[in-house]
Amino acid sequence: MSTALEAEAKPVAAPRGAAWRQGLYAAAAWAVAAVVTAALPDVVPWGSRDLFAGLLLGGAVVLAGLAFAADRLGRFGARLAHYGPWLIALGVWFALWELVTAKLGWLPKPFFSPPHGLFHVYVVDWERLLICIAYTARLWSLGFASGIVAGFVGGVALGWSKTFAYWGMPVLKLIGPVPASAWIPATFFLFPTTFQASIFLVALASGIPVAILTASGVGTVNRAYYDVARTLGADRRFLVLRVAIPAALPNVFVGLFMALYYSFAVLVVAEMLGAKYGLGWYLQFQTAYSAYANVYAALVVMALLCSGLVKLLFVIRDRLLSWQKGVVQW
Amino acid sequence: MVAEALQREEAPGLALEFRDVSHRYDLDGAALPVLQDIRLSVKPGSFVALLGPSGCGKSTLLRLAAGLDSPSHGAILADGAAIAGPDPSRVLVFQDPTLFPWRTVRDNVAVGPQAQGTLRQSRQRIDDALRLVGLDGFATAFPHQLSGGLDEPLGRLDSLTRLSMQQELLALWRKARYSVVLVTHDVEEALLLSGHVVVLSERPARVKAEVDVTLAYPRRRDDPKIVELRRHILEIMGFAE
Repeated sequence: MSTALEAEAKPVAAPRGAAWRQGLYAAAAWAVAAVVTAALPDVVPWGSRDLFAGLLLGGAVVLAGLAFAADRLGRFGARLAHYGPWLIALGVWFALWELVTAKLGWLPKPFFSPPHGLFHVYVVDWERLLICIAYTARLWSLGFASGIVAGFVGGVALGWSKTFAYWGMPVLKLIGPVPASAWIPATFFLFPTTFQASIFLVALASGIPVAILTASGVGTVNRAYYDVARTLGADRRFLVLRVAIPAALPNVFVGLFMALYYSFAVLVVAEMLGAKYGLGWYLQFQTAYSAYANVYAALVVMALLCSGLVKLLFVIRDRLLSWQKGVVQW
Repeated sequence: MVAEALQREEAPGLALEFRDVSHRYDLDGAALPVLQDIRLSVKPGSFVALLGPSGCGKSTLLRLAAGLDSPSHGAILADGAAIAGPDPSRVLVFQDPTLFPWRTVRDNVAVGPQAQGTLRQSRQRIDDALRLVGLDGFATAFPHQLSGGLDEPLGRLDSLTRLSMQQELLALWRKARYSVVLVTHDVEEALLLSGHVVVLSERPARVKAEVDVTLAYPRRRDDPKIVELRRHILEIMGFAE
């Protein structure tokens, strides 16, 4: 197991002037996938077949070109070489996926679509998908932003002030473990519009972990930092803003990552109930019509968006916490 | 070695007076007495050493004088006024040097000026301080980067041994005539540096004896008078030779 991982992780650097072998294999795999897609007949038509085959072929040509240029591309070439096995696997995966779905029809038909079936969704339904992405982005950013701001401010207050902690901590401990989705029935009565209710749910899901982690971070700051700052003339404002908060920042980021995952979870559920647009709504709507290709297409979009946001948070954290020793790289 | 330099703009340093100071810590509801009826005065510009066994409460005395804690009983006066809280005019040098890991080396040096709102006027002083300790090339590094890969600057700090630290402290005091309160459990250190040694008992600390050291500087540890005083103080502390 471990040897397999090592072999895969080790970048294969091509000798200077020679072609990058894995690049050529990848190009071949993509070309085979293109031929399988275009040359064999579909059991039922899925649409956009030739366009997709053309894209695969284009990918194969680009990969073949890169295979001969990799040693002149510096850092990009090295990165490319690192992902060589992945590029090969993608080509093989596309070819097999085409075979078992569109070409041989082995997998039950309405539930499984070939890759060009998914691609066809983007070709014909891109406008509605874009609108859904925009609606989801609006709901998520409003909910997440208000949630983490409220959670952070509340967390600092809870960690800093004994009075706040006395009254706030029991409430937070009581409400914190309740899954945000459990609030759905109540919030749809409590808020005038479903949009506001959805924002509240996302804010709740993201605010609570930030509040808990921030409070514990501020509460466990090494007292010596306060002593040093106070003897150097620091006032309360300095102690909170320039000692407590930076010292607690690693904890705050743990809370932010939890908030991110919780917010995705509740976002989709909230959109499935009483929303007019949005990726969650799209999934629900297309499932009702048994349009599974559309469901998969939306899932791919969601996967890219969510992992992109996680990556973005890692970038921000690495920037803000560069003072820390040995931060986990993503 | 913990030292407190009591500085004021116009030399000599300020006068410090402990008036029947007692202090106890609250440990899970049980009171732990650390200081008992400490009566002590530090004259302006003098160098006083607080000598006592480890854990007797010496450092607590400094924390109280710095204003980080308030005494349970009694009062501490700086130039006749009761100490209400920390003030940059009373500098506490901590036993464990505490750097803020999220601040660069330069920003760590700048904490004091920034906290006092004089950052803008202090640029030059901060740069001078960095140059003085040979860290001017590492101003934008974070503390963990110094101890990690870059041995040289820290090597220079490490080579500032206890001896040269003592000399630095002495030179600083003789130049600026701050009032200095040094906490130590090293009899020799107290005798080499201070003009007045206060011997404290085990916890809860009481003043056991006060010894004046009137020798001129620089002092030598093999000076017969130092040897004599050392024996005398060790006797008071209960280590008869």
